[in-house]
Formats: sequence, C-alpha cells, structure tokens
Amino acid sequence: MTKVTMTVNGRQVSGDVEERTLLVHFIRDRLGLTGTHVGCDTSQCGACVVHMDGKSIKSCSTLAVQAAGSSITTIEGLAQGGELHPVQAAFKANHGLQCGFCTPGMVMTAVDMINRYGGSLDEKTVRENLEGNICRCTGYHNIVKAILAAASDMSAGRQAAE
Amino acid sequence: MYATNYHRASSVADAVHLKGASDESKYVSGGMTLIPTMKQRLAAPSDLVDLRHIAEMKGITVSGGSVRIGAATTHAEVAQSSDIKAACPALAHLASLIGDPHVRHMGTIGGSIANNDPAADYPSAMLALAATIVTDRREIAADDFFTGLFETALADDEIVVAVTFRPPERAGYCKFPNPASRYAMTGVFVAKGTDGVRVGVTGAGADGVFRHAAMEAALASDFSPQAIASVTTDPSDLLSDIHGSAEYRANLVTVMARRAVAAA
Repeated sequence: MTKVTMTVNGRQVSGDVEERTLLVHFIRDRLGLTGTHVGCDTSQCGACVVHMDGKSIKSCSTLAVQAAGSSITTIEGLAQGGELHPVQAAFKANHGLQCGFCTPGMVMTAVDMINRYGGSLDEKTVRENLEGNICRCTGYHNIVKAILAAASDMSAGRQAAE
Repeated sequence: MYATNYHRASSVADAVHLKGASDESKYVSGGMTLIPTMKQRLAAPSDLVDLRHIAEMKGITVSGGSVRIGAATTHAEVAQSSDIKAACPALAHLASLIGDPHVRHMGTIGGSIANNDPAADYPSAMLALAATIVTDRREIAADDFFTGLFETALADDEIVVAVTFRPPERAGYCKFPNPASRYAMTGVFVAKGTDGVRVGVTGAGADGVFRHAAMEAALASDFSPQAIASVTTDPSDLLSDIHGSAEYRANLVTVMARRAVAAA
C-alpha cells in the first residue's frame, strides 16, 4: 500500500492504495465519484475518460500512483454552482445520449476537443476526435451535433466576454 | 492485474538505479501498451519504474540541421509541434494517427519504439528517416535498433532518452488502420534526404518493421507514385492473421507506399 495525493475537481484528496489500483477505481471506489464509468475494461471504449492536468486520458489505463500529484477533473467537476457546463447542456438540448453509459466519457472528450480546437471544430474533426469513445446506442449523430453546438456556444460566449 | 511496486524516477540515472533493484522490473512511460497488457495478466512486472516525470527526457529541439525529440514526448506533443510540422510534417501527421486522443496524451515516442510493436507507427518513420536512437549509454542507428517482433537492441536496463534525425527534403506517411484498434495493418513511411530515399514498412512484416529495398531503388531514380506501382512484396515475409492475409498485406504495402509518396 502506498499513499497517493492528488487534486480531484479542485479538492485535494489522499488515500492508501495498492500500487496496482487503477485511477478509475480510486475515483469510483475510494472517492465515491461514480460518474466515471468502466465500460470495456480493455482500454478501448472511453467511458472512463477524465482530464489529468487538463488533458483527456483513460483512467482505466492509468494507475492511481501514476496520477499522484496531478490535477484530475471528472464529470462531477464540470457543472458550476448547480448550472450545467455548456457541453452538458448541449448534450441535453441535442439529445446526445440514449442509455447514458458512455456519456461521461463523451462529455469529457468533448470538453477536451473544444479546449484544443475552439470554434474551429467541424464535423470531420469531431468524428476523428471521438475515435477513442464508443457509443452503442446513438450512432453518434446527436453526439456530434451536441459537440458542435457546444463549441459554437462556447466560442460565442468567449467573444461576448471579450 | 497482479500486484506490482511503483517507483517514480527523478532522473535517467535514478531510473537505471531503481530498475536494477529487481530482476522482474520494467520501465513505464505513458503505459498505453504496458498497463492494458498488465490488466490482461500478459505482463506481471514486480516493479514499475515511471519515466514520465524525467525532465531531461522531454521536449523537442531543432538546431544545426538536426531534430531531437525527447523520449518522454507524447504523441499529441509531436502531432501539434510547430517545429516538427516545419521540419518533418509527415512525422507530425503520423503521430496524429496513433490510437485516439486519450492515448496520444499519454503515449510517448520512446515507449513506442522501445516496445517495437510490429504494428506501431513510429518504427517505420525511424527507419525511413535514418534516425539515431539515443540511449542513456550510447547511440544506435535505427537500422540496428529494431531487431524483431517486440525486440530491440536495447539492454534490459537501457533507456531510450531521445531520437534524433536530419529533416528530410520530402517525406510522407500513409497507413491502413485496423478499424478497431487503429494499429497499422500496413503503414509506409517514405523519406527523401541527402543520402537517398528510404522506405520503412510497419504492420506488415512477419519479423516486424522493415525497409523496402526494391521500392527504395525505384524511388531513387524517380520519386513518384508511378515508380513503385509495379514493385511487389514477397508475401512469404509478411504477417497473416484474422485481419488480413499476407497476400492482402503485400498489396497494401504497394498501395500505402504510393499514397505516401503522393503525400510527400
């Protein structure tokens, strides 16, 4: 057992873990943040995507000890003051989910790609950047629509703020 | 996953020291191959030595006609680097095709070439660019580095700290990705430099990545897709699996090579 300390959704957390403990299990089982999902367990589906130091990673393919000292954002860390993050709101408005299992990973991936591409996102880029996220319900159509809507809303918001 | 012990190295020397403390230890960088392999219990290192926080293994520099990429540089960093896009856009393109965005945020060039997966992208570029693999104790030409499936010239505790190469005049990379894994079913990197044309092929060879001598000869006199349209590859040297036969891959080598030359 070893003690790990990291920042999760802005809060410093610590816990004793076996060194083989995956980050996703630390987040779900030790911190009780069960929004991050384990889908395939073979590193392919992306339901477990969180942000580590601002970049999307698969928390099922990263050990908790590897993440020690980092800053992690999970799906629970997106909404601020009871208000949905624009990407969450866009998924709701565009019906970007059906069963919802892949949605936390989809939303975290969407936030990451909007951070990287901003308002210049187009459908082809969105689809390319969803390669690491699998949805078995929607056929991706409304997910892509939601991400494009959020990217456009967020860049309009940024311009208005400037 | 079987139990393991984790050590975070602060320097290259520290990493070698930590690794030496156990016979069954392994280095881990981004872990995008090793951690999934450990989850499947196909690997069970007693100790992991984490190289991801070693400052001297990070970063990209271009100077004096040479490009140096630190081994702990991620695929995303190579794909987005303005220095790499200027010096060798084909390499930035290659990095942008590896896995998916999440894998590219963690996986590193050093980890990829040290693992030498027969379907990994980077080894083909290292061969075609006549890159030098810089380790903690020596420099190894790419031609001598990749020795077989998952085999390299590295000693057990040797660490890749960087790769260096001279920017090519022209280069291109094209791969046919496996639709599920995104690994190359066949990927071809072509590079035209001051020393001639070199062609690296990944994903297809039964012994791993290889140079295609017949294509290099054809492209040396005429660097055009037509020059290699009728150059064939012997299927008896190629991989055959549920995803594609050796004959299918032999055809893919020509198709990918033509597209890579066209893109160069």
